[in-house]
Amino acid sequence: MPTVAGLVAIVFVVSHIIPSDPAALVAGEAATPEQIAAVRKKLGFDQPMHVQLGAYFWKLMQGDMGNSLFTTRPVWDDLSGRLPATIELTLAAMAVSTLVGVPLGVVAALRRNTWLDHAVRVITVGGLAVASFWLAILLQLLFSMELGWAPLNARLQGFPPPAVTGLLTIDALIAGNLGVLGKALAHLALPTITLAVPGLATLVRFTRAGVLDVLQSGFVQYQRAMGIPWRVIVWKYVLRNALVSTVTQIGLLFGILLAGAVVVETVFDWPGIGNYAFNAIFSSDYNAIVGFTLWAGTVFILVNLLVDLAHSAIDPREARS
Amino acid sequence: MKALVFIVSRLYRDRSAFLGALIILALVVVALAAPLLVSHPDAAWAMNPQVRLRPPGGEFLFGTDRMGGDIYARVIYGARITLTIAVVAVGVSLLIGVPVGLVAGFYGHWLGEVLMRVSDIFLAVPQIVLAIAIALTLGPSIENVILALSLTYWPWFTRLVYAETQSLKNEVFIEAAMALGVPPWRIIVTHILPNVASPIIVRTSIGMGFTILTAAALGFLGLGAPPPAPEWGRMISESREHLPDAWWYALAPGLAIFLVVMGFNLLGDGLRDILDPRIRRAQHGRG
Repeated sequence: MPTVAGLVAIVFVVSHIIPSDPAALVAGEAATPEQIAAVRKKLGFDQPMHVQLGAYFWKLMQGDMGNSLFTTRPVWDDLSGRLPATIELTLAAMAVSTLVGVPLGVVAALRRNTWLDHAVRVITVGGLAVASFWLAILLQLLFSMELGWAPLNARLQGFPPPAVTGLLTIDALIAGNLGVLGKALAHLALPTITLAVPGLATLVRFTRAGVLDVLQSGFVQYQRAMGIPWRVIVWKYVLRNALVSTVTQIGLLFGILLAGAVVVETVFDWPGIGNYAFNAIFSSDYNAIVGFTLWAGTVFILVNLLVDLAHSAIDPREARS
Repeated sequence: MKALVFIVSRLYRDRSAFLGALIILALVVVALAAPLLVSHPDAAWAMNPQVRLRPPGGEFLFGTDRMGGDIYARVIYGARITLTIAVVAVGVSLLIGVPVGLVAGFYGHWLGEVLMRVSDIFLAVPQIVLAIAIALTLGPSIENVILALSLTYWPWFTRLVYAETQSLKNEVFIEAAMALGVPPWRIIVTHILPNVASPIIVRTSIGMGFTILTAAALGFLGLGAPPPAPEWGRMISESREHLPDAWWYALAPGLAIFLVVMGFNLLGDGLRDILDPRIRRAQHGRG
């Protein structure tokens, strides 16, 4: 909790020394200096920084994140309205990274130093080095502009399926509308791939290292000497032991994806929280900036906590210490 | 000196780390010798609207951009910007992060607590978010990008050094030095620092790659050096208005970022294998 409070304070101060004058922007181009001063007074920008910060915290305790200066709606409503888009994208990217990354890592470790291992290594080294916005442009160039397989950007257009979860793909599935599901998936495909690549590469590396580590441990050598079939050793003992640390990594992946979302959502015009934050920063929308940071920081810390809990639940050694 | 010879000879044997080192060497050479590699001195900045958006080939190896600038020359000069940002930002992060980590890890009382809480705050949000906010506050320029990246990257070094220092503190040779009355700052400098050097070196190499990616993202979002500076991220961003016709526009700058980041990552991985004996055993052990 103190971490989140400190984070809010830092971002609050940083965002409030942005040189542009938001009062002038809000008041409009034709406003007289008196009108601007009145707006500034109304929004509390004439107060010293620590008074503004105190007032912000006071309102925050009452669950009020303030209004966005530009959409004029409460920041909380803006954020929660955009949350499903980000969750859908992040979950999809997480699923892709996990479902592709973990098996690749395991296979690379089991087939160590074969051409397969080397090929996987090239993919991971490349995945960690590629700039996501460049990858996004290459994907758009190839799959949207050249082949026309996937839409260029944005989320599903036209009528969305009846909202249940807010995740368009899931909602379409619930409504049984396969046409909409297909369209929603097509829109989701390119941003998901872009966002998933660095996380996928990270997971492959950790999984491979984890499996290799276990393969070299004494008990595996012992089991081999006992003549237990290799398949049984791998499935029953090696994977179980190795994937504990992978679970932690999948949790930590969330941080990577959250950071990636700001850039990826901006490139693909994805109407999520990352895109919102980017626009807020560019329009000096204080409350929105601080609100986003508060949200991101809280989620980040919560996820780390959950990962710790999950880790000790899976690994009895961890629970005892 | 002996350690350096050891590292270099091991690097030479590790093919991928060697490749990484070569890429970085090439980056440094290109950055330093940029004027020699370009046909005319102002090719990177000159505006020649009559040759705008030419595809690669002939006079223009990588094509030209929307102003008729030679993309080849711009990528070459962009190496200077990239290298400057990476070296200075990571250097400053080292200068802040390592001492803070050493002090917090060695003393560990309230001062250490406070320092670590502060670094926790910085680590609680994605680096790029804070970096965007800071870079925007200060206005788009190379100096401000460097400042934003330094201010947000130092906690990574602090975390690393803190953890290593804390475990070292209980080693017998440190206790012996303390019992002999060696002043704390001397223990830190002569006993602890050399022992945490390996992870710092590895993190520096990986951090360079990471910083280059983040700096390019800032440039892409319009927060880097203002045009007409040949900044790789911004060049990719400019290309978006001219797709799909000018398909070559983003190709060279993107490849440049890719290669350079890969170089630092490969070198970092190689250094980790060499400097961390625990992993070295795993690498060459049975299995």
